[in-house]
Amino acid sequence: MSETQTTQLTKKDFVSDQSVRWCPGCGDYAILAQAQKQMPTFGRKKEDIVFVSGIGCSSRFPYYMDTYGFHSIHGRAPAVATGVKIANPELSVWVVTGDGDGLSIGGNHFMHALRRNMDLNVLLFNNRIYGLTKGQYSPTSEVGKVTKATPYGSIDIPLNPPSLALGAQATFVARTIDRWQKHLAEMMDRAYNHDGGSFIEIYQNCNIFNDGAFEEYTGSQKLDNVIELKNGQPMLFAKETKGLKLEGAKAVVVDMEKHSLDEILVHDETNLELAQIISNWTSNPDLPEPIGVIYSIDKPTYNQDMVDQIKHAKDKKGSGKVQDLLNAGDTWKVS
Amino acid sequence: MGKNFKTIDEAVIRFAGDSGDGMQLTGGRFTETTAIVGNDLSTLPDFPAEIRAPAGSLAGVSAFQLKFSSKDIHTPGDKPDVLVAMNPAALKVHQKDVIPGGTIIMNTDAFVKKNLNFAGYDSNPAEDGSLDDYFTIIPIEMNKMVKAACEDLDLNGKLVLRTKNFFALGVLFYMYDRPLDATESWLKKKFAGKDDIIEANTRAMNAGYNYADTTELFTTRFKVEKASLPPGTYRNINGNYATSLGLLAAAEKSGLELFLGSYPITPASDILHTLSAWKHFGVKTFQAEDEIAGVTSAIGAAYTGSLAITTTSGPGIALKGEALGLAIMTELPLVVINVQRGGPSTGLPTKTEQSDLNQALYGRNGEAPMPVIAASTPGDCFFAAYEACRIAVKHMTPVMLLTDGYLANGSEPWNIPNVEELETFEVKFAEKPNADGDFFPYLRDEKTLARPWAIPGTPGLEHRVGGIETAENTGHVSYDPENHHNMVVARQEKVNKVQNDIAQTEVFGEGSGDLLVLSWGGTYGACRSAVETLQENGKKVSHVHVRWISPLPKDLGEILIQFKNILVPEINLGQFLRLIRSEYLVDAKGLNLVRGRPIGAATIVEAVNKTLG
Repeated sequence: MSETQTTQLTKKDFVSDQSVRWCPGCGDYAILAQAQKQMPTFGRKKEDIVFVSGIGCSSRFPYYMDTYGFHSIHGRAPAVATGVKIANPELSVWVVTGDGDGLSIGGNHFMHALRRNMDLNVLLFNNRIYGLTKGQYSPTSEVGKVTKATPYGSIDIPLNPPSLALGAQATFVARTIDRWQKHLAEMMDRAYNHDGGSFIEIYQNCNIFNDGAFEEYTGSQKLDNVIELKNGQPMLFAKETKGLKLEGAKAVVVDMEKHSLDEILVHDETNLELAQIISNWTSNPDLPEPIGVIYSIDKPTYNQDMVDQIKHAKDKKGSGKVQDLLNAGDTWKVS
Repeated sequence: MGKNFKTIDEAVIRFAGDSGDGMQLTGGRFTETTAIVGNDLSTLPDFPAEIRAPAGSLAGVSAFQLKFSSKDIHTPGDKPDVLVAMNPAALKVHQKDVIPGGTIIMNTDAFVKKNLNFAGYDSNPAEDGSLDDYFTIIPIEMNKMVKAACEDLDLNGKLVLRTKNFFALGVLFYMYDRPLDATESWLKKKFAGKDDIIEANTRAMNAGYNYADTTELFTTRFKVEKASLPPGTYRNINGNYATSLGLLAAAEKSGLELFLGSYPITPASDILHTLSAWKHFGVKTFQAEDEIAGVTSAIGAAYTGSLAITTTSGPGIALKGEALGLAIMTELPLVVINVQRGGPSTGLPTKTEQSDLNQALYGRNGEAPMPVIAASTPGDCFFAAYEACRIAVKHMTPVMLLTDGYLANGSEPWNIPNVEELETFEVKFAEKPNADGDFFPYLRDEKTLARPWAIPGTPGLEHRVGGIETAENTGHVSYDPENHHNMVVARQEKVNKVQNDIAQTEVFGEGSGDLLVLSWGGTYGACRSAVETLQENGKKVSHVHVRWISPLPKDLGEILIQFKNILVPEINLGQFLRLIRSEYLVDAKGLNLVRGRPIGAATIVEAVNKTLG
């Protein structure tokens, strides 16, 4: 978040000369367009922005952004990005990954990058399917999903990305939807301005292998089974006709005609216990699907701590010279 | 006390005891003192993989061998002249190695029924005379001695008994006429603030020294004169420390920031530890969540302009394989260090081996060539690491550096290099477009075929790299068949061009003869010693040691055909041998022993004599 751009860049400046090769109708187009639109608003020079990805449909993303970019290998983008960020903490580093890339083969790197609070912005395109390998179930696919690899239905229990991120000590956890353009832009902006690891799960449709992936929540109209989280605001949904109320740690839906506003749960992004409760509403048929910033707190970042440690060591010991180290310890002369 | 001094050229001693007996530390102290005295030396630490195997068990025996000499030596010796056995298990494991007529010093206080049973002795070898015909046996009640020496100290009995290794050290210092003061000051530093520990260990060491002096146990003391080494300032150094210094020197000379991405693994972890302490040099170390993150974080750092390193041992290289392909494809400079250990799988984690050569050369999918360099001695790890960095950056390629457990933990006196005299190491990042206003990230240098290194933060050079095949010059994704073929060839050619940047092959001995001993990596010392012996005996035998295994030096083929026989000693089943046979169509033969320890010089001499008939 250092230098600002003097001449104003536009969306066009972030469009690379490569033709985009996603399937027509893919949700990725919307996310790409929004990223290209959002980048100029950060006021950063485009040479200071790096997009890193792994393997999968979403991971083609860096080729289409006219910034520095690295299309790495399956699952490893958070680790590559970690090296980029440590090597030059001044860069704005973005990780683009998918449910298979980020949560299955790359689950370990995902977890550890967040735990370290490395200042990376992780965009996880979740379409609940392996698209590039032509349609196998993914770690977020629902139980019973019939795919080429599961002709009798999937018997895997899907994982819940925000819960996983919170368990990994992430300091910024949000969820948005490919079709919610304005909301998507807002979440990217929040992630960019969060100093520390940011995780955004993006519900994304794969119209070829998993069409209607999140149809129950992502209709063009905001549906009644979705709640948009707003910090400090009561948790109302279904056009404010319904609200959420806590009974112990359990949320219950109440009818606002029968309940007053002061009974309703108020969102607090900085409350970890609440964030864990909210993230567990995911895919619960009795509760609305939570969308928005689930959790956001400030904590020291790995990248800044490393800069500080090095500075501290130099201040204390003075910048080292190799020759002094070579000559250190017990030595003797042969003439 | 009227004992005779006998001057000898060299001696081999071995300390052996339980894992908890402090044998590595004792060996280390004898090594440092011997270095200060000015002998040439070479060491072989040998310890179990278990942190603490059951006390007194055969599996828990830890040993440290040291050869020191008034001559230039290359190995830690084959068979010890003196064995210090701190318990029956140590005797059981190591007694068979002692030269006939050698000396065995035993801590008889440890030769009690329980330990004897544990080691599989029916009767006590310290008392039953079973060894007397073959060795000089020196039984000492070390527990009793240190208890007496520390009697008036307010220290619990357990701590007092722990000083018995310093008693043994004192005995050996007496035997070989070494000074005690260096160890005394080391104790003061090491245990600063713990005066009773310093005092107890100092007393134990002096007690050992004086005991050996006053008793009639030794009829002779030995003198090993200073070695006539080339002039310079010397220090003792082990391979992992030398590697770390080499990397740091490369960073300083190139002006690049050093980045290490690494995951702990034996026997490579010491490089991570060492570099992590050098924060005031600006070194950035990242202990990653796994081997793959170790290498991929390094690749990210390389893309961003760091001198990027990843360190590991064989199993870690297996995990890093796919990422190494990515580094080859994206043509980024990266130094990958494999401190080889016994394999396959977990294998022998604390033992040495040379069995990862095939893995280094071929262990990746696709046509994935990378330069491979191997260090020859502990001190050479410094120069090999430096050179690996230099080649990686100059040729924009990952480079594999092979060391091994023996080099990593073994030590030798080292003529300290002058950093200013190291080969220059210039780095130029791309700053401007290179193709009519465009930037082509894969536009190659004519001489080296290296591509430009353009790092994030450079305006106007925004570009994308990745693991998918790239079009020549532009670096765009390309599935074109002709382009793929050209890029496969170009990546190989680029590695071949490293030949222009590496030293000519040196032949030790005549340029032609009856037999050439051909070696690579950590077998250098044993091969050189063997060839020296053979030459002294009038044999027409020479030695060539290969440093760069990929690419091989240009002149090697010409040299090989000058010899009637070629013998390739390796701690594997002939990996380099097969490369040499296929590359040069020569009928080289192998000497292959895979026991987790260095091949002895005597074994090589024997094999050569057998070949020559």
